[in-house]
Amino acid sequence: MNLTAIKSIYRFEMARFFRTITQSLISPVLSTSLYFVVFGTAIGSRIETVEDVSYGAFIVPGLIMLSVMTQATSNASFGIYFPKFIGTIYELLSAPVNFIEITVGYVGAAATKALFIGTIIFITAFFFVDIQVAHPFWMLAFLIMTCISFSLLGFIIGIWAGNFEQLQLIPLLIITPLVFLGGSFYSVTMLPPIWQTITMFNPVVYLISGFRWAFFDTADVPVGLSLLAISLFMAACLTAIWWIFRTGWRIRQ
Amino acid sequence: MTAIVSVTNLRKSYDTGFEALKGINLEIEEGEILALLGPNGAGKTTLISTICGITVPTSGIITVGGFDTVHEYRAARSLIGLVPQEINLEPFETVQNTVRFSRGLFGKPRDDARVAEILKSLSLDDKATAKIKELSGGMKRRVLIAKALAHEPRVLFLDEPTAGVDVELRKDMWNVVADLKRQGVTIILTTHYIEEAEAIADRVGVISKGQILLIQDKAEMMAQMGKKQLRVDLAQPATTIPAALAHYDLTLEKDGNVLVYTYDTRKDRTGIRTLLNDMANAGLTMTDLQTQQSSLEDIFVGLVKDNA
Repeated sequence: MNLTAIKSIYRFEMARFFRTITQSLISPVLSTSLYFVVFGTAIGSRIETVEDVSYGAFIVPGLIMLSVMTQATSNASFGIYFPKFIGTIYELLSAPVNFIEITVGYVGAAATKALFIGTIIFITAFFFVDIQVAHPFWMLAFLIMTCISFSLLGFIIGIWAGNFEQLQLIPLLIITPLVFLGGSFYSVTMLPPIWQTITMFNPVVYLISGFRWAFFDTADVPVGLSLLAISLFMAACLTAIWWIFRTGWRIRQ
Repeated sequence: MTAIVSVTNLRKSYDTGFEALKGINLEIEEGEILALLGPNGAGKTTLISTICGITVPTSGIITVGGFDTVHEYRAARSLIGLVPQEINLEPFETVQNTVRFSRGLFGKPRDDARVAEILKSLSLDDKATAKIKELSGGMKRRVLIAKALAHEPRVLFLDEPTAGVDVELRKDMWNVVADLKRQGVTIILTTHYIEEAEAIADRVGVISKGQILLIQDKAEMMAQMGKKQLRVDLAQPATTIPAALAHYDLTLEKDGNVLVYTYDTRKDRTGIRTLLNDMANAGLTMTDLQTQQSSLEDIFVGLVKDNA
């Protein structure tokens, strides 16, 4: 194991994050605050409680998940796409490193950034609403697993993407709709029965439900199912990455 | 001398069916400077990329320092530094950080003193904290070399190090290469500038259409393949070559004013003395004479043309 290489990739990627710290942190904090103002305060004042939780507090887990998923995906996809775009990928390919080390370095850094942002949003939320966390350990576990799995997904997108447009395509067309329709701002039980069934095919529902359970001890789906869903998702991403490096797809000729 | 890089029967074909390398055999000796000379698209970069691990060989075996580049890629790649043809650098990062990154990527523990030393040897010490986008093209090339040297490799590949570089910087680059050789680094460079190979290489390999046409000691190659010409200015122009001189390899140039004799430097006797005697006997008077040796360029063009 080339631990030094993992550390180097990780540090180099984190340096990019800290170099652009303002845009890295301010924009998610700002957009989350706007969500709180619009949904939590303005609209939320008309909705009293959802599942015995005030609406403002109810949307906190969903908002954190929304930011973490989109940030993890975009950070990881950019992290590996950029070396491909500017050509510095040659160095990774000619270095004495294997695909596990490259993945751990890039995905680790992207997941850390997403975790940072998630934490900041969590702290920001405190300024707007009263929230308590029922299961702190599981909250952290769900958060970290989401950071990692969506960073893995972003990593795959970054390798697949042939241009900047494609880099934005999947997050824009698939992830954002899935997250919005995954119960970030509402409980699945609020939907008509037919849509409740359809929604169950959305994997994000399980993640948000599990995360929300960690906060309020109520969930749309059993927690075990949420854990299973995120584990399966992570396994699928890892298999895809293993296949990518084994075949050299879009990387090595 | 022992071979530090050994390439046996290396082939590379792409999915399109294009065969970039057609059975390359190559032994590179430790401490030498080998110039791979060839026209654009000859397979120089593919060969280097395959040795360095960027391209996967279709068949054949490559060892570096005795380590197989596929099965023992960690040991093999640790010995190699690569300077790519294109200036591929992270624009917003500092010089120092990118060089540190390269060192770490190759598994060497962080050593700022060593990095500073490498930067100094490439006259980059005053640019250590500068962002790469602020550097000139020549400085960026030096950063690429610094990155390749960061993990103290024993073999350095330079892919067209002076392509599109001005004359002064090219001379500069040659000095850098000479310095590295003095430190015991084996250097393989590709180029299509013949003067570059002539100026700095110990051995020259000519590659064309995915094959190595010739690989030889530079001086030996020039001696063996270099034809020499004797040009004799005549007092009176001749219309034909006199029958008495027919057994010499002679041609007339400049309306018969110059007699050109082509001879081989490999032979024990050049035949110049007897030719001059025979000329006098045939009644040709000379006013001046000079000799000319063909350059590496002539050899190269000849070889590639024969192969076409």
